Formats: sequence, structure tokens, C-alpha cells
Amino acid sequence: MSVNNTQVKHIAQLANIPVTEEESIDLADDFTETLKIVDQLKKAEVKKTEITHQVTGFKNVFREDIVKEEQSFTQEEALANAKATYKGYFVVPYILQNKDN
Amino acid sequence: MKLNELTLKESIDALDKKEITLEEIYKDLDQACQAKNEKLNIYLSINSKALIEAKKASKKPLRGLPIAVKDNFCTKGIVTTASSKVLDGFIPQYESTVTERLKASGGVIYGKTNMDAWAHGSSTETSDYGRTLNPRNSDHLPGGSSGGSAAAIAADFAVAAIGSETAGSIRQPAAWCGAVGFKPTYGRVSRFGVIAMASSTDSPGPIAKTVEDACILLNAFAGPDEKDGTSNKEKAPDFTSFLDQSIKGMKIGVIYQDVKEIKETNQKLLKELEILKELGATVELVQAMDPHQAIGVYTVVQRAEVSSNLARYDGIRYGGDRSNFGDEAKRRIMLGTFTLTKGYADRYYNLAQKVRTLYLNDYKELFKKYDVLVSPTSPSFAKEVGASFSSPMFGELEDMLLEASSITGLPGINVPFYRDEKTNLYLGANFIAPMWREDLVIKVADAFEKNTKWNSWRNK
Amino acid sequence: MPYKLVCGLEVHAELKTKSKMFCSCKNDPFGAPKPNLYTCPVCLGMPGALPVANRKAIEWTIKLGLALHCQINLFSKFDRKNYFYADLPKGYQISQYDIPFCHDGYLDTSEGRVGIHRIHLEEDTAKLSHQEIDFDGDGELDKVTLIDFNRSSVPLVEIVTEPDIISATQAKEYGQKLRQIMRYLDIANCDMEKGGMRLEANISLRREGKNELPDYKVECKNINSFKFLEAAINFEVDRQTTILQNGEQPIQETRGYNSTTGKTFSQRSKEDAADYRYFPDPDLPPIEFTTEEIETIRSEIPELPAEKTTRFMSEYNLNEKSAKNLAINMEQALFFEKILKEAKKENLDPQKLINNLLNGKIKFSFDEKISVIIAKFKAISSNENIDEKELQLAIDKVLNAEKDAVAKYKAGKTVVTGFLIGCVMKELGKKADVIQVKQQLIATLS
Repeated sequence: MSVNNTQVKHIAQLANIPVTEEESIDLADDFTETLKIVDQLKKAEVKKTEITHQVTGFKNVFREDIVKEEQSFTQEEALANAKATYKGYFVVPYILQNKDN
Repeated sequence: MKLNELTLKESIDALDKKEITLEEIYKDLDQACQAKNEKLNIYLSINSKALIEAKKASKKPLRGLPIAVKDNFCTKGIVTTASSKVLDGFIPQYESTVTERLKASGGVIYGKTNMDAWAHGSSTETSDYGRTLNPRNSDHLPGGSSGGSAAAIAADFAVAAIGSETAGSIRQPAAWCGAVGFKPTYGRVSRFGVIAMASSTDSPGPIAKTVEDACILLNAFAGPDEKDGTSNKEKAPDFTSFLDQSIKGMKIGVIYQDVKEIKETNQKLLKELEILKELGATVELVQAMDPHQAIGVYTVVQRAEVSSNLARYDGIRYGGDRSNFGDEAKRRIMLGTFTLTKGYADRYYNLAQKVRTLYLNDYKELFKKYDVLVSPTSPSFAKEVGASFSSPMFGELEDMLLEASSITGLPGINVPFYRDEKTNLYLGANFIAPMWREDLVIKVADAFEKNTKWNSWRNK
Repeated sequence: MPYKLVCGLEVHAELKTKSKMFCSCKNDPFGAPKPNLYTCPVCLGMPGALPVANRKAIEWTIKLGLALHCQINLFSKFDRKNYFYADLPKGYQISQYDIPFCHDGYLDTSEGRVGIHRIHLEEDTAKLSHQEIDFDGDGELDKVTLIDFNRSSVPLVEIVTEPDIISATQAKEYGQKLRQIMRYLDIANCDMEKGGMRLEANISLRREGKNELPDYKVECKNINSFKFLEAAINFEVDRQTTILQNGEQPIQETRGYNSTTGKTFSQRSKEDAADYRYFPDPDLPPIEFTTEEIETIRSEIPELPAEKTTRFMSEYNLNEKSAKNLAINMEQALFFEKILKEAKKENLDPQKLINNLLNGKIKFSFDEKISVIIAKFKAISSNENIDEKELQLAIDKVLNAEKDAVAKYKAGKTVVTGFLIGCVMKELGKKADVIQVKQQLIATLS
């Protein structure tokens, strides 16, 4: 299938990637080229095929409910790589409370 | 001979016999890196305290020997970037399980190696810190994404190296650089602290000068890890115990893909596989599923997982914001996002995961008849510098012979089997076995390697 | 009113496991002395960090499902819900999409049964606080958002009802009962003020007599008490009724509730429907329980408030109101039942005993010995065993017999009262409440 740059801009928004008008046109071409190869998947006979998400076959891998302080950071370590901190908090410019979930 | 040219095994033995010292090894190594790293761009950073750390580790299994580590392994206190500007200057406050175990076994992180940014590629040309050149022939690429680690072996910039593979990223650069690359079974090695690319296929593993070295190094870091829910809870075997075994009676299937681009390489490999027959194994041509669909599966699954795995890079807690992503990362994130959106998830993501099942079934059938399967690692020799920009699917096409075994989690080893005298470039053979059967691949790859001319070429 | 309420609730509750959902950090966001103290690479979404699921949180979710009569999916998994927000460190929330642990249960209220659509387990987000501080040091205040990840990846259950709720009071009762059950199961504190339990209501109206669901719904968020839940629903019913009566349809949107004004306000319209791109989390192997394992979890469920109430009524002949009162919380119910058992053994009237305990006639504390409380009751009950008529008969008899004393009393010699009380007591032939006797005696004399 082919992808147009309006779709690319919508995807960019979902993916939180800033994209210029020019880039969106190039990306649309790239995606179309890639999807042409990917579309070979359509030839596969999968009507009765189960989905594989993980190949190990492992199930029920759990942690016990134990606090392991040695695996936790100190506050300084937690904040060590942050660009902006204030009194032990990470700081971002003011966000409107419009989250979706 | 310079001491940095020794294998891991040779170095350990020579140190134990006190024929050489760590100081001497590090001296030769430092000299080699000082002379050539600027040009080859293998190391993004070199550990200035390596020798000090080495001396403290001299009694441990790896004797304080210098190991090159791909820059997508988080190393506490050492800048870790996955070759992306997004993580410029990021200093992890934690250690990946692999490097933690490497250190505990007496391995010294000599430096962090260059890679395709975020491991997105098969050229090490998409690094935000410049491309790495193939030490065998600097007009050519080292392959990737673990190109820096493979090049470190080819250039004798370390006794052994650690890379990671999602679909080809250990074996393909090993093939292009002339090195042994060992991708263990998915889940054999912990992914904790390895900057995630595609979580359902990412597999850390060794790149080394010999199969034996790869096994010694893998012993240091394979095995269960409670911090990785997808790691195998069973204790890993001693991988060196499968070396120097007879392969008499073993059944080896040669996956013969009738694809134009690999015809010549196939012919060369078939000729070289006569070795296995001489060693008593049976060698037969087999037909496997079309590799082109594996490209599709890998492309979709990998990009979908990438789009989610790279969502954490928002510049708040570490690193720069999302405008810092390079073109390749942007392409993958966005295409992956697309394949998961409403209306397209069934057509792409879910379909790809179903075709993945077909490949699992295909291998299941093949492994009923054969112990080990072999094919060329890469369609041909290392491509020239600049080649990766030819197509947005460059990597996927170069790795077309590896994707099927990667999306199914199989263990595989690349062993160099052919050297072109004019170009000094190599071709590699890829041996694969069922999941968790590293024993089988090691037996065959080791026997094969020891009977090729590899050890006479190695230092060229 | 020509319109009827159609309402479903989504309740989030933080589980009180010791450690977080996907890492070994301490789960105590409200008790943390400093921000960003209980964090690690996993709950900060650092590169290469991997989640590993907390077994207890999963078992507790199933336990809650069983307590709410749910079906349990023996096979389940965690999925990634992808969206961007500053409180979500990985850019996705680990949640459950198409296979929640529990589905199709119910909770009965006095206004009818509320169906439970599903219960799933996910991780909580970080806590944001919006403040004005002089961040860049230029002497002027900057509007910023501060982030604390102590809450990030705390286990969070989401309980979603069917649109079965027909009144604001029923919504409130459902919420209270749900909280009570979670507390009985000892899996969540449900502290609403701190955000340990959060309510969302989907509210719409349909014309009386219609059965199909309305083709819009208004999602009401940020409700942090049951009182506000009730008020928000009532406000919405009025607001939407007005709109419908004007021949229009309310906009499908998300609204907040302002507890100061008592009104809901528009936050965002749903035109731009989110696309969360759910897919199974490749870092977390799927989960498969056996029927035996589910039964083991079921066997660990204590008697819940509804059953306890019924049993208290039948076993101790309590009226419904008292029985419900005793079952308000588990500790209290256990305490009172010990007393009831003892009372039953000694043939004391349980309803009277409970009345006295609940109305404060018998003063007691929860750490008091049961025998002491029983003794107090016996003392009171023996005193109280006189009915007024019997007492009056005795008084009349004594006053007739002791004419002299009565004359002295009427002459102002009130000291004889004591003598007369003694006579009445003697006449009654048992111990009686002196004050009661005195009061009635004096009333008769005057």
C-alpha cells in the first residue's frame, strides 16, 4: 500500500516526532517503499495460524512481593541525568491537565 | 607479533604461564588504538583506567583482559549513548547484567564501541557519531549494528567483544569484518540494561576471534537473571564443554535459497562445507521458507516494538528531547507506530506475528531431520562506504538470511569461511540449531572453524 | 422526569503490596519522606530497564474479581498502552487490553445489581504537581510542572462496571461497597483524598421507556469523594436534561468536577479519539493459572460484608441495621462477633447487647476484654429488667403500707426517701436501678 504525507503527519503526531512538511513527503515515499516489501506477507496462508508474540514459551514469570532497596536509586541518582530539577523533583514546563487515560 | 593480536584463550594461557604480563598486553593495545581509532572510529570512548582495573581482576576467569562493549549496554558511570545524540552525555547510574557479570568474571571494559544509532541498521554508518570503517579494508563498511565490536576484533582493538543482535547485528558484522559472532538463543542472556531495540528478539552475545573465545566470553555472562522476565531460568551450560567434539554422524542441512544475490556465495560455501563431510557429518541441501517473508515479519515486528521502546526518550529524566532522533530512528518509530494503529494493526502487526508462527513451524520440521542448519550469513562481501543510504530497507535486505532465525529466537554462530585475497574481505557461514541447543551449533561451528584457513587469515 | 440516568463507573485503586508492580521499589508513595526516593531504572523508564510482574498484585486482582463474582481468565497477559504524557516515563503504560484477569461479575446494591464488566491490573503513573516557582532565578515566577516518580509503577486495579447504575445514590452505594470489599480483602487502603482510589463516571440519559443505550456519553473525572460523585451525577442529570429538552444532544466529552462550585466543566471533547496502539508487552511472558490455583485464591477470601450481615442476622437474631453496622469493617466485625458468641453462650439477648454497645450505654474500648464487656452488660441488663408497671405496683404497695413515712415526706422530711426506696427494692425482690426507682417514687409522691 502507499502512504501519503497527510497520514505521515498524523503518525508523527501519535509518535510524538516533530516532522516538517518536506520531511513528511520524503517519509511517505520511504514508507511506501518499505510497505511494498512488507506486503509480501499477504501471500502467506495464515487463516488457521496462531499468533506468536514471544518465542520462549515461558509463562508465569513473577517477582515475589519483596522490597529490594539495593535495587533502588538514591534521590541524587534518580535525578543525576535530568536537565531540570527542583527540590528533588523533575521539572517540565507547565502542562495542561488534558491527559487522555 | 603484537600481544593484542592473541586470542582470549592464548592470552589467558600466556598470562598463566607468566610469559606475558597485562601491562604488555595493554601497552600494545593502547598503541594500536592510538594509531588507528581516529580513522576507523571503532571506540566512542576508551576507559582510561582499564589497566588499573585489569590488575585488580587478574585472578578472575577473564584475567583482567580488555573487552570491547557495544555502546547500547548501560555501564554505570560510563557514558552510554547507543550512538544516538538523544543520549549524548547520558551516564547510567546502573549496570547492565551482561557488563556486571563481565566485570565479576574479570573482564575489563576497554571501551564502548560505535554502532548504528539505536542498533537500527547493518552498516554502522547510521551512527550519530560518524561511521566506523572496516579494518580489513577501510573502503568498506563493517556491517552492523554491532559494527564497532566486530571491527574491534578485526583491528585487534580488544581480545574479545560484546555485541547484541536483533536480526543479524552480531553475525552480519562478524561476517563482514572477518570474526566469529555468536548470537545465543533469545533468552539465554539477560537483556537488562541493554538499550532495547526489538524486545522480542534482542539477544546479547560475543564477537571474538575464535569459536572457543566466544564460548569463554559467553560463559561469563549467560544464564538466568531475575531482572529479565524473558531470560531462561535454567542455568546455562559450560559452553566451552562443547568444543573439540566429534561431529561424526551429525546431520547438517544446508539451507539453499534460490536467490540471485547469493548464488556465488552459496557456491563458495557449498565447496567449503566439504570439510564437514570429511569430519563425518552428513551434509544435505534443504529447502526452507522464502526469506522474503521473514524480512516482512522482522520489519513489522521490529519497528512496532521500536516505536514503543523509544517512546521513553522524552528528555525529561535524561537525554535530549525527541527532535534529536536521527532520520533512521524517526523512520522506524513512525512506521512502527503506523503498523499498530487502528485499522492497520491486523494488516501488519498481527499478520506479521502469524507469519512468524509459520517460520517457527518450518524450523520445527527442519530440525526433525537435521541437527544443525547452515547458510551464508550475508548475501555477499562487505558493502562499500555509503551503501547504506541506498534504500530504507538496506539492513533488512543485507540480513535476509538471518531474519528467519532471529524472529524464531534460534542460536547461531558466524564463522568466516572465505577470504578474498584482493580485497581482504570475508564471507561467513551461519550455523543455527533449535532453541537452547547452543551445544549443537558450537560443536559444528568449532569443528568447521578449526578446519578452515581461518586461523591463518585472522591477523591479516 | 422524562429521562432516566444511564451510568457506569470506572474505579482505580492502588494495591497495597509492599513493592511496586514491576520493580522491587517500595510501594509507599504517600509515606515517602522525599520525592523521587522510591525509584529505580524500571519505574523511571531508564534505557534498558525491564519490568518483572509482582505475583501478589496479580493474585490480589484475581481475589478481588472472585469477591465480585467475576469469571477469571485462566490465560492472560500484559499489554502496552502507548501514549505520551510527562507522568508516564516509558511512553507507554503496562496495562491489560483484550484479556483482563477478571470479567463479568456483579455487586449488589439496595437499588439493584451492578454488573462488573471487567477488572484489570496496570501500573500507576508518576504524580504531577503544577506550581509557580522562580525556576530560572530571574525574580519572576515561572509556571512549571513538578514530577515525583514515587507513585510510578504502583500496582493499580481498574474496576469497570456495566452501565447499570440508575441513580446518584446507587453510584455512591456501589462505590462505598466496593471500597469496603477491598478493605475487607486487605488489598487496598482506598484513601480517596490522597488519590489511592479514584472515580470516573460515564453519564448519559435515555428517554423513559427506552432500553437501548444512548449514543453519547459524558465522562466525568477528578472526583475524589463519594459525596462529590453523587453531586456530579446529579449536576450532570440536570445539565443533560436541559440540553435534551431543548431538542439537542449533549456533546460526547470529558468533564471535570469542581467541588467548590458543585458543577462539572468541559475539559476536552472526544473528537480526536485516542489511538493507544495496544500490543502484548514482549518483556512480560503471559500468565496462565490452573483452576486449582484460582480455587486456592478463592479459599483465601474472608467472609465479606454482605454475607457477614446476613449471617449476623440469622445467627444472632440481629436486625439488619445493626448487623450492617457491625460489618462496616473487618476488625470491628471480628470484635463484635467475639462478644456476640459469648453472649449467646450465656443466653444474653444479642440485639439488646449490641444496642447498648452501639448507642453508648455501655462504654467500652476495642482493646477491652470480652468478659469485662459482658459483665458490664449483665450489670446493666439486670438493672434494666424492671418494667415500669411492675415498679409502679411495688411503689403503690409500699406507699400504702408506710403511711407514716409518706406523711413525713410530705411534711418536708425528704430523708425518708432512702427508707422508702429500700422498701420498694425489697418489694421488687431483685436488684433494680436506684435512680430509676427514685425517680418514679418521687413522681408518685408528688
